[in-house]
Amino acid sequence: MTSDTAKAPEDGTTRRSMISARELTKTFGQGETAVTALDNVDIDIRENEFFTLLGPSGCGKTTLLRLIAGFELPTSGLIQLDGQDITALPPHVRPVNTVFQNYALFPHMTVSENIGFGLKMLGKSSGEIEARVKQMLSLVQLEAMANRRTDQLSGGQQQRVALARALAPAPKVLLLDEPLAALDLKLRKNMQIELKSLQAETGITFIFVTHDQEEALTMSDRIAVMRDGQILQIGTPKEIYDKPTHRFVADFIGDINILEAQVEGTEGDQTRVRLKDGTTMLARSTGADTQGHCAVALRPESIRVAQAGDTPALTGQLENLVYMGSAHNLHLRLGSGEELVVRHGGSTEGLDLSPGAQIGVVIAPGGARVLA
Amino acid sequence: MADTPPLAAGATAQSTRRRMRSRDLKAMPGFKAAGWACIFALYLPLVVLVIFSFNDNRSVVKWTEFSLRWYEAAMENEGIRNAAWMSVKVALVATVFSTIAATMAALATTRTAAFRGQGLAYGIINQPLMIPEIVTAISTLSLFSLVKQLTGITGVGYLMAAHTAFCIPFAYMPIRARLEDMTLTLEQAGADLYATPWQTFRHITLPLLMPGILAGAMLAFVVSLDDVIITLMVAGPGETTLPIYILGALRRGITPEINAVSTILVGVSVLLVLVLFLVQGKMKK
Repeated sequence: MTSDTAKAPEDGTTRRSMISARELTKTFGQGETAVTALDNVDIDIRENEFFTLLGPSGCGKTTLLRLIAGFELPTSGLIQLDGQDITALPPHVRPVNTVFQNYALFPHMTVSENIGFGLKMLGKSSGEIEARVKQMLSLVQLEAMANRRTDQLSGGQQQRVALARALAPAPKVLLLDEPLAALDLKLRKNMQIELKSLQAETGITFIFVTHDQEEALTMSDRIAVMRDGQILQIGTPKEIYDKPTHRFVADFIGDINILEAQVEGTEGDQTRVRLKDGTTMLARSTGADTQGHCAVALRPESIRVAQAGDTPALTGQLENLVYMGSAHNLHLRLGSGEELVVRHGGSTEGLDLSPGAQIGVVIAPGGARVLA
Repeated sequence: MADTPPLAAGATAQSTRRRMRSRDLKAMPGFKAAGWACIFALYLPLVVLVIFSFNDNRSVVKWTEFSLRWYEAAMENEGIRNAAWMSVKVALVATVFSTIAATMAALATTRTAAFRGQGLAYGIINQPLMIPEIVTAISTLSLFSLVKQLTGITGVGYLMAAHTAFCIPFAYMPIRARLEDMTLTLEQAGADLYATPWQTFRHITLPLLMPGILAGAMLAFVVSLDDVIITLMVAGPGETTLPIYILGALRRGITPEINAVSTILVGVSVLLVLVLFLVQGKMKK
């Protein structure tokens, strides 16, 4: 699911910062009706990076994007682009281009005119514009559509025009505001791959906004998970998925079981916790460990059904068996009343999967994590 | 609504009801009769006017034979020609200036951050539609008399200024409606692609706003063309517009010549509306 093979695994920290935001706050409205869309955000997005802002609607991801584009001005804080302070610059002088959610193609222009618009405004010669437009058309495979009106194109083609238009002036940063949301599933999957390779090809920093965690995991070099105007965690898809440091992050990315627990003590880099039904287990510490109350996070795929000879770590009553094609999801009700979902790949032969059966599960080493 | 049905069921019931209602209206007894009555009331007088403009006879109540003689007579009448020319001149000037003013007003009331007194601004711009025209006419006359006395300047400019002023709200309405329909995203996309605010206006806002501006201009032109009351008050000697000429001619008795001129006026406005529809249709495509 992750894409760590797409690019040489160079050490990201040595790359210079393309976008830096410091203590960025944006408040809409005034007085009692004021809404804080972005709350004291610090972020560094690196050169040539596919960076995703991920979160539910209203988390501030689009606001952050619009602040970088210059459509909104921050209430306080600082934004730098490639070392230059752009906080107060109007959008038309920022070397940043946007792919809008609904594409925002100019309906009174042809595909070519749309793509060439940015260059024309920059005062490039018509020969240069023509050559660049041609290059962009071939990049997004729309050579045949050059003189069409934009409303004669399909959704996927419009998407490509929007992309070509934003890339044509060779911006330092490309901002993408949920650009795939309007496409159907199959087209979306194709565009995800295309976007990813386009980013690698052009070497431009992409900042991609989405609420779709799968999309984020598939495409990104790094992801920032946001909620309520704050960034909860920044990391590679693998880090975000495997090592969530926040309960919300764990819950938002992929399927996960979260069980309430009490901290009992530390054993090496593991923490001993006591679950609500009294069982104790070792779970990997995350640094965010607290005293007393905590949560234990278990991915469904890091739990398996106990075979004969295993000592089950947890036992629950089977409530539901959901067929997933390549696997079964077993929904167990634990003694504490909490639900535990176990992904069981392979054959179900020899297992008692009748409703109400008591099923023991084994947790893979390091599969349990402690969250604050 | 204590017993609100589940959302889906509620929505379906509502849409069914709406569909039924729209079907019902036309099926209602008397709908057709009422519709035809309205159409007759609106257009029967016009039909009479047009028919008798082609009458060979001098009478406007007795039909004898088809003829274009009254059109010929109208064309040859210098008074009518001068009045028509005056009307067109005033209407063109009023259209250009009122449309420019209305476009600026519409931009200022829709394309800026919400400001205090925005509602008041709408009201002030549209208020001339509410004030009785005779009041506007008399007040304009008073003001212009004062200005004339102070400056000693005379001429057709006063009439053009008066027409420009009362045409603004008519031009403003369709332009503002169009602007409110246009999302800001396109203009943001322009700015994002390095267009300065002026370039954004020139390359994005203005072309997209054109159908609204044309509609506003057309409306202003027609309103100016057939204004009577304000023109009657403000027009100086020799500044006779076509409606004023017709009014004067009527005092001497109704003639088929007047019918012919009126028919031409109707033809011109129908043509304008037709052109507007065609242009807008092409732009929307």
